[in-house]
Amino acid sequence: MTEAATGSPAIHEDPIALVDLLDRVLAGGVVVAGEVTLTIADVDMVTISLRALVTSVSALGSQDMSIQP
Amino acid sequence: MRPWKPVMRAVAEDMGLWAYAVINASTPMRSVAGIAGGMVGTVVAGDLAAVASPVDLADYGEDALRRNLEHLPWLEAAARAHHGVIAEAATAGAVVPLRLATVYRTEAGLAGMLVRNRADFHLAFDRIQGRSEWGVKAYAATATVTSRPASQATTELRSERGSGAQYLSQRKARLAASEQARKVAVASARDVHAMLSSVSVATDLHQPQDPQLSGRRDRMIMNGTYLVDDQASSEFTAAVRDAAVGSPALQLELTGPWPPYSFAAVAAEG
Repeated sequence: MTEAATGSPAIHEDPIALVDLLDRVLAGGVVVAGEVTLTIADVDMVTISLRALVTSVSALGSQDMSIQP
Repeated sequence: MRPWKPVMRAVAEDMGLWAYAVINASTPMRSVAGIAGGMVGTVVAGDLAAVASPVDLADYGEDALRRNLEHLPWLEAAARAHHGVIAEAATAGAVVPLRLATVYRTEAGLAGMLVRNRADFHLAFDRIQGRSEWGVKAYAATATVTSRPASQATTELRSERGSGAQYLSQRKARLAASEQARKVAVASARDVHAMLSSVSVATDLHQPQDPQLSGRRDRMIMNGTYLVDDQASSEFTAAVRDAAVGSPALQLELTGPWPPYSFAAVAAEG
């Protein structure tokens, strides 16, 4: 967000790490079908982001360390 | 803060509307530049309003989006613009974020979505009103999990020529110690998650981030996210500090407050 000179409180003081942001804007938020983006849904978006990240940061390692509640 | 007047005009043939979030129609907000610099406005339907800005369908139509989203700099610009508008909306009132890349051809199409999903959006507002999302990532402290570098093991092997069995047994012991340290870190992360959950109204665990993406060498073993009452935010951040002190096997990283991305989801349809 822009730190415009309005005095309104900034949500984040530090620059947000892209990986933290993608965790949320690609996996979170309400999914409704847009008129244009009819088929860009849940899994698709995550796949897209991973492909984008993989091609720019080379191979992803295994991600099997998630803890389960 | 001055009231925010709807500025959306009729959308031209080759233009669409990028939707960011749904807010209460009465929520005031400053107008800001959104995706590709388009000025943000609202499309109102009853007591709900969609926050949106015009985009060129040549770049934001379905096929173009598919291509562009795979291009990291483009994805990053879109993600930051999307978030910027949502974060701005969140300074003025409750906001239900929409998933990145929700695009409509017409104002009527976007308004129709609001009408069809009105009940679900109200459920979402009930859930997130007066609350924010906080992220807590836990890394296994490097010293406890990293086995000795291979070059050192090789040197050791040479200096103890003939005692291959001894080398193998030492190597096995190191692996066992490393596995044990990982188990301790995972157990500790579970405790931290349980403790933070007790000061949250909802929680979610995201996939741990790859070291290459997080930019840290330490292995991430938990990528938790927490919906916290705004009135309890200092209690929550204090709990994270306490957890950091009380968990020597972990390094904790706190992010937030975020708009409630991970807790807005409703079983909405088109």
